[in-house]
Amino acid sequence: MQHDEIIWQVIGHQHCSFRAKTVTQNFCRNEYNVTGLCNRSSCPLANSRYATIKEIDGLLYLYMKSIERAHSPKDLWERVKLPRNYAKALEIVDKHLEFWPKFLVHKNKQRLTKMTQYLIRMRKLALKVKPKIMTMPAKQVQREARREAKAEVAAVLDRSIEKELLQRLQSGTYGDIYNFPMKEYEKVLDMESMTADDEEEEEEEEEEEEEEPEVEYVEGYEMEDEEDEMEEFANGMKDRLTESSESDSEDEEIPTRRVQARKAGLPTKRDADAAGVKSDVASRRKRRGHVEIEYEEEQEKESSRA
Amino acid sequence: MGKRERDGGESEREKEEREANAHVGQFLPSQIRNKCKRSEAYAKVKNEKKKAKKQKIKLRDEAEKEALELGNVPPPRKIPRTIENTREADETVAQADDEELQAEEGADEFSQYFAHEITPKVIITTSQQNSVATRKFCADLLTVIPNCHYYKRGTYNLKQIVKYAINREFTSIIVINENRKEPNGMLVVNLPEGPTAHFKLSSVVLSKRIKGHGKASRHQPELILNNFTTRLGHRVGRMFASLFPQDPNFRGRRAVTFHNQRDFIFFRHHRYIFESKEIKEKKEKPNKVDPKAVKEKKKLPKEQVIARLQECGPRFTLKMQSLQHGTFDTKYGEYEWLHKPDMDTSRRRFFL
Repeated sequence: MQHDEIIWQVIGHQHCSFRAKTVTQNFCRNEYNVTGLCNRSSCPLANSRYATIKEIDGLLYLYMKSIERAHSPKDLWERVKLPRNYAKALEIVDKHLEFWPKFLVHKNKQRLTKMTQYLIRMRKLALKVKPKIMTMPAKQVQREARREAKAEVAAVLDRSIEKELLQRLQSGTYGDIYNFPMKEYEKVLDMESMTADDEEEEEEEEEEEEEEPEVEYVEGYEMEDEEDEMEEFANGMKDRLTESSESDSEDEEIPTRRVQARKAGLPTKRDADAAGVKSDVASRRKRRGHVEIEYEEEQEKESSRA
Repeated sequence: MGKRERDGGESEREKEEREANAHVGQFLPSQIRNKCKRSEAYAKVKNEKKKAKKQKIKLRDEAEKEALELGNVPPPRKIPRTIENTREADETVAQADDEELQAEEGADEFSQYFAHEITPKVIITTSQQNSVATRKFCADLLTVIPNCHYYKRGTYNLKQIVKYAINREFTSIIVINENRKEPNGMLVVNLPEGPTAHFKLSSVVLSKRIKGHGKASRHQPELILNNFTTRLGHRVGRMFASLFPQDPNFRGRRAVTFHNQRDFIFFRHHRYIFESKEIKEKKEKPNKVDPKAVKEKKKLPKEQVIARLQECGPRFTLKMQSLQHGTFDTKYGEYEWLHKPDMDTSRRRFFL
């Protein structure tokens, strides 16, 4: 049998599974509770006459129970669907709870208000755009980072950009901004190098001619003392020339030994220059006497190395 | 060992191994259980392999040299395999004479831009939650893209912004997203009809952090789009192109690069200059001295035009996550391309 007072004696003062204790106040977890508080008047278990409002799938229902149906838990609650319209819902609550305790009527109306508000808010939020939060699996992030680094190395960015720019320059994208329209420029360059070649060849020939009558020039108006030196100089030059040619021939015999090649590299290079230098020196010697000193030193070095 | 030629490679390898193992007896190094001995054996095998490799290279070089001396054509060198040249075949790679593609590009969303009918006007904004790093990055982007306007994001959602921008005749929106106060995403919306591309943004370096960076002038930059080969790549490339005005001022010598490599799009911003520079001639080895070479040596030093670069910044990398038809719409939008995890199953498959 239903004895409200006894039930409250037990759950109010001993133990209730629905009670949630906090420091200041006790709350009720029972879903039929109208206020959510744990006290005698709003306890859905200890009141045989009770009314509340529940939301099921966005719809509000007024739930009422009375002591007449207490014996059959199946039919304990009488449920009335409330319309969406807040004012109409209030009317229906008023109609059904006409002769109920004022406390319950008041609390139900309060609950109805709150629930209509939260339903409205829910609909609004559902319509609102919200950013989607994505996961970033560490493995994938690391893998991507690794691949990116490798791709960057493979891209050789600076060089590919330079290449592209040069291509544009050559294809004439830049019009006449730059002084080197490539084709013409290279043509001119080729021309220049051709003429330079010819000149050099001529020079070579001249030098060859010069080599023999060299002494004669000096004899004409230099002091006799210098004559000997001049002869020495000429001899030295010949020695050097023969030396270098020897080393060349050696290289041809043993092409694989790098050390020798490197040694021989220097004199051959100098040889190429020697012709030019020689004529220079000769002309300088006519004016000044002391240049030869430098040259002797070099010769000494040469001989010591050989 | 991956670069070894397939044919006959196995038997050669076995032979090598057998030779290497000869001194250990019948045991493979991995079969020796004493760690000291095992590592010793391993070291020997490794050394032997190294020697063999050196010998192989030496033989190759000698053969080449010999062929050159005899005036023969040296045997062709093997081309090392790279991810680029072993890329999985993609039938959408655009050919130069693809009429269908040309027709398509003549009628797509960017055709108006490429027909010089509209000039780009860009909005840059951030995500709703934004931090200093992102805003600084936006400031850097402002120096790169001409006719570009920064708008505070506020609490507007993207669809509102798209509407606003279309009304003001903007042609693109760039939204920089961030995570943990670092920019990590970039959304590019082409207006008024899309498409919308979402990129992952990584390795952002602001101009200030680039060593020896230059300050870009306000000339309109020229654009370098490298390696956008497939149809999708073309589309993305056109999208990037449509952020910049079409009439670059070449006197400004400013180049903005989007370089695609393995689906990573590297962004760089440079100043450049063309200079002529002497070509360094290789030191000829004296054993090769022949009259011809000597003549060449006596030529005037040949000059060559080179491009020198100075980076202005920022630099960052993009990786496309999705390309959406139309403007931004995550709910009902139609994706032209969407990255899915099962696309990552091969490291030789690329989409751009």
